[in-house]
Amino acid sequence: MNMNMTTKDGEAAIAKTEAATPPTIRVLVAKLGLDGHDRGAKVVARILRDAGMEVIYTGLYKTPLQVVNAAIQEDVDVIGVSLLSGSHVPLFRELGRCIREQNADHIAIVAGGVIPEQDYASLMDCGVDVIIPQEARADLIVSTIRDMIAARGRI
Amino acid sequence: MTIVTRSNKPRPVYRPSMDLVPEVLAGNTLSISRMISRAEAGYAEASDALAEIYKHTGKAHIIGITGVPGAGKSTLVSSLIKALTADGHKVGVIAIDPSSPFSGGAILGDRVRMNDAAEATRAFVRSMATRGHLGGLARSTFQAVDVLDAAGYSPIIIETVGVGQDEVEIVTAAHTVVVLSAPGLGDDIQAIKAGILEIADVHAVSKADKPEAAATVSALQGMMALGPVRDNSAWNTPVLSVSSYSGERIQDLKDAIDRHWEHLKESQELAERQHNICRARVLGTAKHLFQQKFDQGIDGFDEQLQAVMHRNADPSVAALALLGWENERQGQ
Repeated sequence: MNMNMTTKDGEAAIAKTEAATPPTIRVLVAKLGLDGHDRGAKVVARILRDAGMEVIYTGLYKTPLQVVNAAIQEDVDVIGVSLLSGSHVPLFRELGRCIREQNADHIAIVAGGVIPEQDYASLMDCGVDVIIPQEARADLIVSTIRDMIAARGRI
Repeated sequence: MTIVTRSNKPRPVYRPSMDLVPEVLAGNTLSISRMISRAEAGYAEASDALAEIYKHTGKAHIIGITGVPGAGKSTLVSSLIKALTADGHKVGVIAIDPSSPFSGGAILGDRVRMNDAAEATRAFVRSMATRGHLGGLARSTFQAVDVLDAAGYSPIIIETVGVGQDEVEIVTAAHTVVVLSAPGLGDDIQAIKAGILEIADVHAVSKADKPEAAATVSALQGMMALGPVRDNSAWNTPVLSVSSYSGERIQDLKDAIDRHWEHLKESQELAERQHNICRARVLGTAKHLFQQKFDQGIDGFDEQLQAVMHRNADPSVAALALLGWENERQGQ
C-alpha cells in the first residue's frame, strides 16, 4: 500500500466527499464452510436492505478466501457471517488471517448465529469486530452497524 | 446476552483518489474496487482521478447481457466467465440489481449464481444497485466499466437488471448485446413486438435442457427471418439455445460473441457504436446535471409553478421560461 500521503492531503480530500449523497453502507452476507442453514442470513439481509443498506449475498458453502475476495471486489464496509455449525472458531481464524493477508482489514467482521459466550474472546482475537447473538433485536443490529461505520469515517 | 463490539479497531486513512490512479492502472484489486465506490458515491474529489482514468480506456470489448428477471442472466454470466478465463482473458463483470424505491437498500444476489467465478483471480465481479436509475443500468455503470477497462480487463460483461420490454439502455453501453430469453414465456406475437428483442446482436434462449426451449428458438428465428432489424449491417443475428446447467453450447455462445466483435472491428460499425456510446454518455450526464440543478432549486421555480396551478401558464411555457428559452417555443 502506498503510505506516502500526508494527513493534510487526506483531510482536504475527505472534505470534498461531504457534499455528495450520504454513504450507502454495503454489507456482504456470507455463509462459511459446511453449514446449509441460511434462513437467518436471509432474514438479516432483508433487515439491512430495509434499513437502506446494499446487501450482497454470497450463497452457501464458501471458503474464507472466497468470502474475502468477494468482499474486496464489492468494496463492502462489513462482512456479516452467520454460523450455526459449531466450527466458528477455526473458520473465523482463517477469515481473519485472509483479510489481513489481503490488506483488507478496514472491512469490519460481524459474527452471528449460534456462538456460545465462552468463545467470544477467541473470536475477538481472530479479528471479529462485533458478535450478534441470536436473540438480538433487528433495530439494534442496524444501529450497531451504522454507528461502527460512522465512527470509522470515509475511506 | 447483548451485542458485543471490539473497540480497538484501527481507523483506516482516507487516501486521495489521485493516489489510487497508478494502482488502478497496475490492476490492484483493492484500488479498483475503491475507485468504483467513489464513482458511485459521486465524490467531487474523485472526478479528476476518473478523468485521468478515462484517458486509458477504449481497449475493452464490452458485452451486455439482458433479459427478463429469472431468465438466467447471472448463471449464464458465471458460465461465460469460466469459458473466457479458460481462454486466458481477464474478465470484468458489472452485475446490476434494483434498489428499493422505499428504503434505498438492495439485495444484490447475482454473486450467488457465480460460484465458479468467486475464486477465479482472473475475474473481477462487482454488484451494483440501480440507486433509482431507470433503463436497466445504474447511473455510474459507465464509470465502473471505465475503471475496469483502464485496469486491463477485457471483455467486460454488463449484466442488466431483469428488464421488461422497453429497457434498452444497454444498447448505448455495450458493443455486443446478448438478449437472453427464457423458454415458455410467450408466443410468436411477443417475438415480433418492438423493443428489447430488436436490440440483440446475439439471441440466446436459456434452459435448453427444458422441452419448451425449441419453440422459443423457432419463434425468434421466425422473427429474424422476416428481415434484419438494422438495414445497414451485414451482421446476421444468430439464435442459440444454451444451458448453463449442462454447459451445453456455452462455447458456441462465446464464439458468436467473438465473431460479432471481429465483425465490428472489420466493418465501420465499431466506430459507429463507439460514437453512440460516447453520445449517450455525454447526453446522459448533461441530463443528470440539469436534473440536479433543478433539484437544488432554481430561481423563479415557485412563481412558475403558481402560474401553472392558476392556469395562467401551461407547463411547457413555464418550463421554457425557467430555462430562459421563451423565444424558442415551437408551434404546438
